[in-house]
Amino acid sequence: MDKMPKWADVILTPLISLVLAMGISALVILAIGESPWVALTTMVEGALGSSYGWGFTLYYATNFIFTGLAVAVAYHASLFNIGGEGQAAMGGLGVALVLLNIPLPHWALALPVAMVGAALFGAAWAFIPAILQAKRGSHIVITTIMFNFIAAALLNYVLVNILRPVGSMDPASARFPEQTNLPALTDLFAAIGIEWGRNTPANITFFIALAACLLVWVLIWRTRLGFEIRALGKSEPGAVYAGINPVRITVIAMLISGGLAGLMAINNVMGESERLVLNAVEGAGFIGIAVALMGRNHPFGILLAALLFGFLYQGGGELALWTSIPRELIVVIQALVILFTGALDNMVRMPLERLFLSRRRTGGA
Amino acid sequence: MNLKDSFIAIIVLAICILWALADGPAAQQGIGSALRLMTPLLLACLAGLYSERAGVFDIGLEGKMLMAAFTSASVAFLTGSAWLGLAAGIAGALVLSLIHGLASITFKGNQLISGVAINFLASGLTVLVGQNAFGLGGRTPSLTGAGRFNPITLPFADAVRDMPVLGPIYSGLVSGHTILVYVAFALVPLTWWVLFRTRFGLRLRAVGENPASVDTAGVSVTRLRYAAVAICGVLTGIAGAYLATALSAGFVKEMTAGRGFIALAALIFAKWRPWQALFATFLFGLLEAIANLYPNLDLGFVTVPSMFMNALPYILTVVILAGFVGRAVPPRAGGEPYVKER
Repeated sequence: MDKMPKWADVILTPLISLVLAMGISALVILAIGESPWVALTTMVEGALGSSYGWGFTLYYATNFIFTGLAVAVAYHASLFNIGGEGQAAMGGLGVALVLLNIPLPHWALALPVAMVGAALFGAAWAFIPAILQAKRGSHIVITTIMFNFIAAALLNYVLVNILRPVGSMDPASARFPEQTNLPALTDLFAAIGIEWGRNTPANITFFIALAACLLVWVLIWRTRLGFEIRALGKSEPGAVYAGINPVRITVIAMLISGGLAGLMAINNVMGESERLVLNAVEGAGFIGIAVALMGRNHPFGILLAALLFGFLYQGGGELALWTSIPRELIVVIQALVILFTGALDNMVRMPLERLFLSRRRTGGA
Repeated sequence: MNLKDSFIAIIVLAICILWALADGPAAQQGIGSALRLMTPLLLACLAGLYSERAGVFDIGLEGKMLMAAFTSASVAFLTGSAWLGLAAGIAGALVLSLIHGLASITFKGNQLISGVAINFLASGLTVLVGQNAFGLGGRTPSLTGAGRFNPITLPFADAVRDMPVLGPIYSGLVSGHTILVYVAFALVPLTWWVLFRTRFGLRLRAVGENPASVDTAGVSVTRLRYAAVAICGVLTGIAGAYLATALSAGFVKEMTAGRGFIALAALIFAKWRPWQALFATFLFGLLEAIANLYPNLDLGFVTVPSMFMNALPYILTVVILAGFVGRAVPPRAGGEPYVKER
């Protein structure tokens, strides 16, 4: 039974959820005695009002595209991968090991090699939860949560005891070789004579993220593997009946998911900090959950949602700078978006469905 | 209880006895510290036990504890009463429980996603409101005197202090904790009794295994699940209040530090049973205490870094989940909203 036209399902429900989340956030701001309007204008001005703001917004959005795609690919196989945080952290380790140990003369050569390192480490970190889910039925949500903590402890150990340069107090690796540093977007604009976003971390990884969106779309909707992933996600008995091996597809979907999360490290570790620091992911793995939910697990939706969260992130930083509202406001908005688009989806959807149903009845009669 | 079920208990007791034989005073200090550290884990673990036994997965234990820690510390500071703080902690956690109930029971949403949202909601709101109310970067002012739960000395603790074996155990370990520690321990047999010896407990477990049968018997699945989620809220509330008003003297940003997830791990470790939950949380408390006492534990042949001790609860849980050491099977209807047949 088709209850709603497709456009309502794809556009209207996320929009209403977003409005609800924003409305409640505005109430929270009012409750702590600040003006929601001032907060909003500060955020828009700080994140979108200058090329400087855009440079940060796009940088954050790049992170969230990768983690959002990671959640979405797993979700199509009906696996909830909460482990993006740990997988992205391990991706960072992969990038650091590659760049510190393999001499690479130019960034254009270093980029693909580092991408392989990032994706391999991210995928490897997703592999054990995947195989345990597929073969032994261990709940992937719990195992990926546990693997986030194990990754944090492991990175802490590696940074303090192995990668830390002699004499340094900072739990961070040495700087990567100068020639492997990725060009920032500001350099690209400067090359064509435009001054844009000076001193911002946005770099060419943004284009890789866009390409990743396209590739994930092709994978999910235009390939046999994508069909098998979706079939498994819709109904496991159905997929098995169609001759699909659930163990194989579960593991492959999670490897792709972990690899995508790991690729985020190209942006934050190779592109921004240019060395591996403690807690480099800064929660981007979790924001991927909100981004994927908001974007309805479609790469184009994820791109838009990632831009929205990039805006919120940069705007939130500006908010903390210019007003007395701490940047944790963003965490509240993020929580509300996850709540309304994910958990309370039916609360938004059911009245809408009723509305469309009644309209169709009166229209048909 | 057969030998396999007492596996964790035997390991935990073996660690304690070996430790006591190797270094008595250090063991007394370490085990006492483990008892204090395990209390929030035990409370949160039992909270999760009620919820998940009723078929509502809860990965929002962390957020509820955090919210309770904040509300309890704030109210305890403003009123100067730890007991009012405790009530506020329970109220804070209950509000989040209600949201979880609405999402996962009434609107039949995804329980895991709801839990994730609740964790972030607590993480953001506590700092947002805390910074606004106290201006200390998300901390609450330090609690003193009656604003905290203070250690109590049990009767005869002084009288038996000099007796061998019993003395150090009773006056050194059993006595001298805050009231909430004893509450947490008392809740273990109580939970066992409620779940396995009362009609409510039978129905609660049934609703987690086969809600349709409970519905057929004319008992409301919705009401039972809400009751379980509410109990979960009360217990995480006590856990959070304990963290902020007994274990430490006030709220600090992100003070739960993953304890909600360790409690979740302990719940799986305990295979959703109360007595095993006691020993699983004791084991994890011991690991934390050992990691605190010996940052680099030298076992003679290998030096164990504290990071490994901190990660051990998670690693052990994955091993248990993998089913290589006794399989952990969750309640069958866990995670699924109940939809009445029409």
